[in-house]
Amino acid sequence: MTWVSLNSWSLITPPSFVGLRNYINAFGDSQFWVSLTFTLKYTILITPILMIGGYLVALLTATNTSLARFTRTVVFVPVVIGLGASSFLWYWLFSSSYGLVNRLLLDLGIIDGPILWLGVDADISNWAVIISVVWKVLGFGMILFVAAIHAIPDEVNEAAMVDGAAFWQRVRKIILPLTRRTILLVTLISVIGSLLAFDQFYIMTAGQPRNLTATSVFYVYLNSFPYLKLGYGAALSLILAVIVLAFTLFQMVLTRRSET
Amino acid sequence: MTEQTVSRVSQDYAIAPGLRKGKRRSVSARFWSGRTKYLLAAICVALCVVMLAPIVFSVLASVKPTAEASAVPPTYLPTELSLDSYQRLWNYGSGLPRYVGNSVLAAFLTIVFTLALTVPAGYGLARFPIPGKEIIFVLLLLALIIPYQALLTPIFLMFSNIGLTNSVIGLAIIHTTIQIPFSLYIMRNAFEAVPKELEEAALVDGANSWQVLRRVFLPTMVPAIITVTLFAFVMSWNEFLGALVMLNTDQSFTLPLILAAARQVTSLGSTDWGMLQAGVTVAIVPSVVVYLLLQRYYVSGLLSGAIK
Repeated sequence: MTWVSLNSWSLITPPSFVGLRNYINAFGDSQFWVSLTFTLKYTILITPILMIGGYLVALLTATNTSLARFTRTVVFVPVVIGLGASSFLWYWLFSSSYGLVNRLLLDLGIIDGPILWLGVDADISNWAVIISVVWKVLGFGMILFVAAIHAIPDEVNEAAMVDGAAFWQRVRKIILPLTRRTILLVTLISVIGSLLAFDQFYIMTAGQPRNLTATSVFYVYLNSFPYLKLGYGAALSLILAVIVLAFTLFQMVLTRRSET
Repeated sequence: MTEQTVSRVSQDYAIAPGLRKGKRRSVSARFWSGRTKYLLAAICVALCVVMLAPIVFSVLASVKPTAEASAVPPTYLPTELSLDSYQRLWNYGSGLPRYVGNSVLAAFLTIVFTLALTVPAGYGLARFPIPGKEIIFVLLLLALIIPYQALLTPIFLMFSNIGLTNSVIGLAIIHTTIQIPFSLYIMRNAFEAVPKELEEAALVDGANSWQVLRRVFLPTMVPAIITVTLFAFVMSWNEFLGALVMLNTDQSFTLPLILAAARQVTSLGSTDWGMLQAGVTVAIVPSVVVYLLLQRYYVSGLLSGAIK
């Protein structure tokens, strides 16, 4: 793979060795930076929503009443749906004239005219995709958080309750610190997942407008397949892999440290 | 103040014995007490509605008559039921059965490959005195860290050299590689959980390792095998990017790809919304049904896979 990245190769012509040219090109490629920045922006926006939202839902449903268990099951349903299928579902819901989101907002009197959700404004598109992805993966963090909350020994909690600690006090002083490992883990998983986002943007915005919503993986895909710049695509994938790896290692160090 | 605390404590103890049998309840037992109970219940219900609404509306949209499915503004509920959209989906391209068949085959092969590789590998890593097996295990898990999305270009090149592009087998191989680290982890842990005595008893009785694997381990491995199968199925059934890159001919498309193609089908290049939602429904239903039936394995698999 590293070898491929050092070549200029278009499938039709045999590869020719170009040394580090692909990497140098990448740094001067403005679209590469646009994609990278957009991916980071998406990651920075969606991660806190997923974490805080997932944690609140976990606190809400951590009891074992039948309603809480039922809610847990329901919130988890979208997680098992494919990201492709869910993106097509939301592509329809967010469609400006055929979609139910605009219909509902118009009926409720929140907006006066249909909003062009997808592919016209980069920020609005980004938020539309974020909403759909939050819907889809919220349950994932929730399940892990619920398990972590359940793993807290009863005694610890009971002691706090005997001391008269109110609910939010217990959350802050006991539940959050004791589930820190899981919080770090879920953050890692969702950061990596967001950095590698592809399906949702490919389907919902197709990178529009003007490739402003093309994520990094999207750009690797564009270069490798429609443009057939395979060597360049491979170089970009390696850069991406290194970035993801760096995040992973950083997070692992954090986790290690929090254990000692 | 003191009185309150006392009554609170006594309340706690009054509740505690009844809840003892469910050993995991008490962390949050008092999340839901007093007046807030109703508020929280209402939030739960609202949450369920929000989570289910998109799916319900999508399924409803798929049974609208053709004209209504692309009406502006859209209707919430179908005014009359019709299977037109499914009819069109059925006949689309090479026909829905072909695409569902491809998806099922890919998922099936992924399951077979994954089990065929990870059952013996898990057995070996858990039970045989292989030098440096911890290192081997960690190296195999490392594949989890390197995102397959970043490897697709080279994999594509490799596969096109050996003629595995545009083939469901090639796709299944990719899906297997995605699935192996997780499955191997589950398998090794399951093998390690089997008591050594059981295995030794069988060996004393003259069984060889193959017989031990089949007679002693496999029966106790059923939950792990179900978990691995379940995850392999859901992943393969849903996976989009790998299929998009590997499959270029209509004949080899899987279900998620057909949705992408179905988006631009009508004569003017606009979307056949009814058919798209019919496709979404067909794509969603199997994973949701499988999840609801095997929820226990799904959740336990997720927990053991993620927390390591």
